[in-house]
Amino acid sequence: MNGSFDILIVGIGGQGTVLASNVLGEACIREGRPVRSAETHGMAQRGGSVESHVRIDGRYGSLIAPGCADLLIAFDLLEALRYRHYLPEGGRLVTNRRFVTPTSVYMQKQTVPDEAEILAALGDLDLTCIDAAVIASEAGSPLSQNIVMLGGASRFMPLAAETLLAAVRACVPPKTVAINERAFSLGRDAAGRC
Amino acid sequence: MQYLLGNEAVAHACLEANIDFASGYPGTPSSEVIDILRSQEKRGFYVEWATNEKVAYENALAAAWCGVRALFTTKHVGLNVAADPLMTSAYTGVTGGFVVLSADDPFAHSSQNEQDSRCYAQFARVPCLDPASVQEAHDMIRDAFSLSEEFGLPVIFRPTTRICHSKSDVDLGTVGDEHRVGEFCRDPKQYVVIPAHTRVLHRLLNEKQPAIKKRLVELGYNTAEVRGKTAIIASGVAASYVQEVIGADVSFAKIGAYPIDEDWLRTFVDAHTRILVVEELAPVVEEAVRQVATTTEVFGKMTGTVPYEGELSPAAVAAAMATAGFSPTQSFPAQRAPAAVAPRPPILCAGCSHRSTFYAMRKVFKDGIFPSDIGCYTLGLQLGGVDTTICMGASITVGSGIKQSGEERDVVCTIGDSTFLHTGIPGLLSAVYNGANMTVVILDNRITAMTGHQPNPNTGITAMGTESTPISLDAICRACGVSFVETVDPYDLPLLLATFRQAKEKDGVRVIIAKQPCVITARRAGIKRKPYAVDPERCTGCGVCRSFGCPAIAFADEKAWVTDLCAGCGVCADICPSGAIHREGR
Ligand code: SF4
Ligand code: SF4
Repeated sequence: MNGSFDILIVGIGGQGTVLASNVLGEACIREGRPVRSAETHGMAQRGGSVESHVRIDGRYGSLIAPGCADLLIAFDLLEALRYRHYLPEGGRLVTNRRFVTPTSVYMQKQTVPDEAEILAALGDLDLTCIDAAVIASEAGSPLSQNIVMLGGASRFMPLAAETLLAAVRACVPPKTVAINERAFSLGRDAAGRC
Repeated sequence: MQYLLGNEAVAHACLEANIDFASGYPGTPSSEVIDILRSQEKRGFYVEWATNEKVAYENALAAAWCGVRALFTTKHVGLNVAADPLMTSAYTGVTGGFVVLSADDPFAHSSQNEQDSRCYAQFARVPCLDPASVQEAHDMIRDAFSLSEEFGLPVIFRPTTRICHSKSDVDLGTVGDEHRVGEFCRDPKQYVVIPAHTRVLHRLLNEKQPAIKKRLVELGYNTAEVRGKTAIIASGVAASYVQEVIGADVSFAKIGAYPIDEDWLRTFVDAHTRILVVEELAPVVEEAVRQVATTTEVFGKMTGTVPYEGELSPAAVAAAMATAGFSPTQSFPAQRAPAAVAPRPPILCAGCSHRSTFYAMRKVFKDGIFPSDIGCYTLGLQLGGVDTTICMGASITVGSGIKQSGEERDVVCTIGDSTFLHTGIPGLLSAVYNGANMTVVILDNRITAMTGHQPNPNTGITAMGTESTPISLDAICRACGVSFVETVDPYDLPLLLATFRQAKEKDGVRVIIAKQPCVITARRAGIKRKPYAVDPERCTGCGVCRSFGCPAIAFADEKAWVTDLCAGCGVCADICPSGAIHREGR
């Protein structure tokens, strides 16, 4: 190991994985730590499966290898299943409880497992499950789900919660600061109750 | 220190270098550079989106001929379009600094191939810089302009996806504000490449080469450290992967600039018994190493140790090292992606007008052949509406070729507005001129959507935000000699179907312009449409709307329902055979 703390954030294009990665990067800058990250841009962002690699204290490339992530944050439960191999055995996963069924599933009449089945398939991991949609609404906007998830995952990161919160304030649109602060704290509380 | 995207760091370095002129055509992963330059509040320089890469290259080249600092940006395949001026501009040279940013895409994340821009640099005999990190990308761009001025040559800067779209803490310099004003100095011996002049210019270009090689070593972008009897040589972003896993007793050389000085390289190679060359895409460094190696054993792509295709990673480098007899400092678990998780490919947005156009096209031309082009609408593949794509503008030309080969089925090609203006027009003109029998559908959403919604001549605004005269696609097609040109609103499904049927009955080249703004730009412009909803009483669960493929339509308990992604285009309401879908609030 090179001493970097490697976080993989996965979700669906449009769910705000890039903003979440910006918050982590900004927090690293505030703590004076090097950071590397890699993102999905371009066509895949159109509702496809997307990933952001963030390497806190990273000094080399931005890619995390399968089996080597210290933390997997999934904004969508089905995406947690898709990317679980980035974690080592028993690795730590913070995931949204819900998932969006891919449109191709409807079009091609495939079947998808239900929430309980997916959670069972992830059962060997160190799992924290958050109902991001419910908490985000409580915080004031369903659009703040990404920050809810980040708040939940913040318990397992080598970054101070105050730094992360300051980074949230700096990265989200000015009009939504209060909502996102709440989203972060409620997410963090929810993860504490798991 | 700032946390910046590679392309943001590059754009900032251009500001530090006092850039005067920037021109490009959008293409992932290069587009953000010009998008950032054009969104600067205080902008003492000129920036534009051109209609294609050849146009952009020539515009920027001419600016550099006038002594100003110019930047051209493209994705790797766009350099093919600009290859004509590139090759000869190495002969003419430049007076102002001219940087050719050509972003490569190993693994073809959003591209049609995995070509290597370093090969163009070799081909044209111009210097090439290949950054290993975001910080280095920033530093190299700053140097690239003065390097270009020093040798009077275009300099290719070649980041890859993992530089352009990686973020890192970056140390930035100060933005400059000294801008030059272009002035053309007449010199036919340099700028008019008739045979008598070009023969001399070619010799001058060749004579510059040794000094370039020496200078690149001095600049410190090619570095070598002897630490043992075996060595790894790596280039670009692959060098950072090697640094992550290389042992302390293995020598390491990093190549960031081309052409490589052979004397420098030979000294390093000769000091080792075994060398592994690690680079993405073409074996450019490996070939150079093999040329100077005498007794050293060389591993790389040519020995099958490093893959030719795809992108590398620390794990891939560790595997190559193990094959070549090196011990990586880290081992990587052989984790496999779980099988059988329902795929989630990218998909046209809810309410995207391309969806209904593909739907109508397939309804009317059941047995048709559908050449298509490059844009969001390539996703029409999932809807059975895309049979070919090869490069920008190749829908109409491929369609015409298929038809003229004797193929009897109807040919209907789809091309976006920006792509049509890029390289579609010559194909259309040629098809009409040569009497092809086909239908051309211009998917006119008023913007270059896929690369991040850049304006084009059809948008009515320039990159710098100045209003421009919106061009008329109808008039262009008519001027090309097309007599059947119909503009329709693709949200009006009955009219769209009727227009396709009309076109089917005609001979010659027929053009349908399906005009409706991209839903994302429409939303940004504040256009709101009421969402639709399914009446569960009337929904029979037939699944017809499901096969339409709108991501806002979900299915649960054998009934359809519309999610909050709905953009209110209303097309599904026209498709539902039971009339179960209605605009909300009715
Ligand atoms: S971005 Fe615009 S053009 Fe692209 S899929 Fe979405 S609506 Fe269609
Ligand atoms: S109206 Fe129908 S087709 Fe259009 S966006 Fe809404 S659900 Fe999709």
